[in-house]
Parts: sequence; structure tokens; C-alpha cells
Amino acid sequence: MAEIRLEQLAHSYLQQPSGPADFAIERMTHTWEQGGAYALLGPSGCGKSTLLNIISGLLVPSQGEVLFDGVQVNELPPEERNIAQVFQFPVVYDTMTVFDNLAFPLRNVGTSEERVRERVEEVADILDLTAQLPRKARNLTADEKQKVSMGRGLVRDDVAAILFDEPLTVIDPQLKWKLRRKLKEIHQRFAVTMIYVTHDQLEASTFADKIAVMYQGSIVQFGTPRELFEAPAHTFVGYFIGSPGMNFFTPQLDADGALVGGQPLPLSPGFMNALRDAMSRSDNVTLGIRPEFIEVVSADDGGMLATVSHLQDLGTYRIVTASLGSLTCKVRVDDALDPATSCIHLYFPERWLGLYVDERRVEVAS
Amino acid sequence: MNKVPNNRAWWLVLPMLLLVAFSAIVPLMTVVNYSVQDVFDANTRFFTGTEWFVQMLNDPALQAALGRQFAFSLTILVIQVPLGVGIALLMPKRGWRASLVLVLVTLPLLIPWNVVGSIWQIFTRGDIGLMGFSLRQLGYPYNITSNPMDAWVTIVLMDVWHWTSLIALLCYSGLQAIPEAYYQAARIDRASRWAVFRYIQLPKLTNVLVIGVLLRFMHSFMIYAEPFVLTGGGPGSATTFLSQSLAIMATAQFDVGPSAAFSLIYFLIILLVCWVFYTAIMNLQKDRQGGSRHD
Repeated sequence: MAEIRLEQLAHSYLQQPSGPADFAIERMTHTWEQGGAYALLGPSGCGKSTLLNIISGLLVPSQGEVLFDGVQVNELPPEERNIAQVFQFPVVYDTMTVFDNLAFPLRNVGTSEERVRERVEEVADILDLTAQLPRKARNLTADEKQKVSMGRGLVRDDVAAILFDEPLTVIDPQLKWKLRRKLKEIHQRFAVTMIYVTHDQLEASTFADKIAVMYQGSIVQFGTPRELFEAPAHTFVGYFIGSPGMNFFTPQLDADGALVGGQPLPLSPGFMNALRDAMSRSDNVTLGIRPEFIEVVSADDGGMLATVSHLQDLGTYRIVTASLGSLTCKVRVDDALDPATSCIHLYFPERWLGLYVDERRVEVAS
Repeated sequence: MNKVPNNRAWWLVLPMLLLVAFSAIVPLMTVVNYSVQDVFDANTRFFTGTEWFVQMLNDPALQAALGRQFAFSLTILVIQVPLGVGIALLMPKRGWRASLVLVLVTLPLLIPWNVVGSIWQIFTRGDIGLMGFSLRQLGYPYNITSNPMDAWVTIVLMDVWHWTSLIALLCYSGLQAIPEAYYQAARIDRASRWAVFRYIQLPKLTNVLVIGVLLRFMHSFMIYAEPFVLTGGGPGSATTFLSQSLAIMATAQFDVGPSAAFSLIYFLIILLVCWVFYTAIMNLQKDRQGGSRHD
């Protein structure tokens, strides 16, 4: 059990990194608190697995420190860090039985057989592996094998943290859901720190209390699933979280206010000032709003006129692709909208509008 | 898919049958033919039945050669298999060092049998050979032409030098095929170096080792050129193995009948040993797969 702190950490796979592009992990400082259930979310190649391997000790970081409860462990190999890690593809010791597989991490450190039996049976019970205990691991199905892999991580009750590297990739969708519940249960029962790497936002938000979104080697936002949804700290989080992703657009400014596709965008004076200020400082200013928060209003309510170019029915709701001049945005609408409608009026509530300068969110004081 | 039984399909086997007949069955049958006859000249021959077989099996010289043959094959297997595995484990996994070591390890395999014999013949000479001369300078009266023990050790050494690389290369390829994740998992599980070898590397090497052992057994059981060049089978008959006995009988003495009978016995022994070994290993694996339900 430990708090894991990454201090000024950076990593490059090259011996002599020459620029920021050579770094798989850009300089970051981050703390994983003891007992938390975390997800590390990001697209393939963003550095999630690298970061995980640095925490477990399979990789030594090029720069910075890894601290377990304040103690620097940079040079310690995984076997001395007391950490468990479950990999993307199942790793089982073929010639051993399931029991011996689960007992392996305990026997390696000379745990008494009595204690081994107790722990293995407990973990097998949690993972529904009791019936398979006497079987040879090589004869198991892929998802049983992955359960064994996970079991070997869970069987040690003294670990600093359990790291999961996309552990459910090979598992059937139905079982996936069940295993995720199991992990959550185990987390609540043993209060062990868990870090779960995934590229699936649903998986991340069902498992974790807090999600770290990674993009190009940095953690761009660390927050609850709700925070990621309602206030993405980076345009990438806006795109990546939610389906479809956030709408981003650059408004034009004139003497009276902001325009979107030639139509006035209603904004409060405070927001307007912030926007003007931002646009005077940077060329890269965008506003973002989620499709879920755009309102379809009647013509009298002063909405902006948009033409419907596409309507996608997703069963319980619909996604409309609408054009506002040169801006194309997605809007989530309910069943009440007539499918034959070609023009709608849209209203962008200010409280759901995000101001992004150089891809990062700027909070607007209201 | 509908399966229609049609016995005419058997005709499709015919080309294969012809090919095998000309490449294997016909030559083999001529040997069988000789083995049951006593041939005096082109026109005079008598049917002898199993007489040659009985005679060969009861021949003390051949029995001794057979014993030596088994002793030799077992000795080199016992040395080469662990040594080859060990070398494979020590070989670098990637980079220019891996290429260099690979070339060096492969080198002995590329040298023809006769040349290996000649190299060692010169190498072990007391007057000009590096090994023979050095050993004598150190005070050991090394002589492969008069001391049977020296001859034996030298032949075993020569075979180990020539063929351990084969086991090493097979194991090396087997080791390369183990995904990195297994080693990572083992580190996370705090496995010792021995546990990694015992539970990850060795199980994954089983299949290549079976092939390696079979190849090396067949090979060494048929060894001919190297001891022939090095010791000529001596001193006395201390290093006369089966092939050499057979060659003398068939080409020097023209005992066609007994040689044919002997060839067949020789062939059957190799076949039998390989079959027993292979079946035993496969059964072992089958037990691992099938016999694992105790509940």
C-alpha cells in the first residue's frame, strides 16, 4: 500500500533525445494517492503503457523520480518494488496448474503453504476459478487465462499497487462487464491502489474514480468522469471523451459581439471580454460545446439558424449534423424533432461553452 | 460441406506411391533381397532365410560395436543437450553481438565430416598438433593411437565441438519465440532465475529439444567419417562403431548377404529408438493435456 508520486518525470527511448518529439513521456509531476482507483486513458501510442512500465519498474525513466511513499525507487527492479501488473495478453505458466500459477508469486517469496492455500482459494473464489484450480493452465480458454493472470496480481495482499495494462482486450464483452465489476469490488474490499490503462472511455469511467487522460506523452487532464465530460481541460479531451466528441469553432468578432457563421452568438459581457482578451493574445482560440448541451429552440427565441445536413438515429436519441455558415456541428436531439426538418434554430448556453486558448481551457469568471 | 465417399480418389495417391517406391522401397527391397540369400557370383545364389540375421545378431564383434555405439550416442547427448541449452541461454538476444555470436556458433556445423576428422587428426598429433603437443608438454602422455581412453575422449570432444551448435541454434530460436511479456510477468511475480528457466523457458523449449535430441541421436548413431579419419576405429577396435563395421564387411570383404542383414537390423534399431523416444515424449505431453482433471 503506497502513494505513488512521479516527480519531474520524463522518458525517452533514445539514448540522446534531441527535442521534445523524442520523448515518449514529457516532463510531468503527478500523484496517485494510496487506495485510489485510477484509469489512464488515451489513444494508442500516447505513452500510457510506457508510464505504467515506469511505475512498475520494467523501465527506468530517463529523467525525474518515481517515489513510493516518498522513497525514491527509480533504480529498483520490479521484484523489489512490490508491485503487481496485469498485461494486455494473458501470461500463464503453461505447465503449472491454475493453483500453482496463482501460488507462484507467493511461493517465490517463501510464503507458508498454509497461507498460500488460504490466499489462492480466496482469489479463486472472487474470480470464479475454483473449479479450474486443479487444471493445467495451458488448457484454459483465453478469458480464463486472463483471469489467472489477474489472479496472480491480486493474490499478493501486500502490494503497493496493482497496475492493469488493458487487461480486458481479449475478454468477451459480457464477461468484460462482469470482470470490471469484480475489480471494482476487489478495490473496495482491499483498498489497494489500482491504475488501469485503457483506450476505452466507457471502461475507464466505469472502473475509475478519477481518470488521467494522456495525449502525446502528457497527462492533459486528471479528474472525475463528470469533470472530463463537463469541463474538458484540453481540446483533445473534448474530442476523445464523449460520442460524438465536442464541437469546436472559432468565432468572428465585430464591434457588437461574436459571430458564428455570420449570426450573432449571445454571450455575457464577462465572457465577451475574456474572449476578446484571449483573441488579442493568441491566434489559436476556439470555443467548445458538447453536442449534448446545444439546445434546439424555436425561431422566436433567438436561436441561430442552421441547416440540417444529416440525421443519425441511434435508437434512444438522434445526432444531427448541422451547418451554421462554414461551421459544421453535431447536436444531440430527442425524438420530438421531425426527421424531415431541414432548418433548425440552435442555442449555445453560455455555461456549457468552453474557451480554449492554445488547446487548453481558460476558465471564465462569471 | 457435403462429403461424398468415392474410392476412386485412391488413385490420387498413386504418383506419391510411385515416387516413394523409386526413392525408398525399391532400393530397400534389394537390400532385403540380399539379406536372405548367399550370393557366390552373378549366377550362383542360395536362399538362406534368416540365417544371416541370426549370425549377425550373435556376432560378438558386432555386439561390442553396438554397445560402443549406444555408449557413444548417450554420452554425446548427455553432454550436448545441457551444453547447447546453456549456450543458447547465454547468447545475446539482439544487436550486432547476436549476429556475430550466431556466425561463430554456426561455423562448426558448416565443416564437412571428413574435414572435421582431418582437423582433429592434426590437432591431436603429438609432434605438431596444438592439443597433442600441449598435453604432452604438460606431462600427460596423450596418445590416441595407443590409449583407448584418449581415443574415446577425443572422439566425444570432437563430436561435441562439431554438433553442440545444432542444439544451441535450435534452442536459441525457441528462446527467441518467447514473448517478452512472460519475462516481465516473471519479474513482477518475483521469480528467481531458476524459476524463469524451469517454468517459462524449459516448457517452451520442449518441442525444439525433442527435434534436437532425435536429430542428434540419429546422426551420432550413424557416425562414420570422423572416427574413421581420426582413429581408424582403433586402438584395436576401441572406437569402431557400427557404420565402420558395416563398411568393412560390405566393401572390404564383399560379404553382401551378412551386410544386408546387418543394414536392416541397424535401420530397425534406429527406427525403434526414435519411435520409442518420440512416442514417450508425446505421451508425456498428452498426459499433461488430458490427465489434468482430478475433480
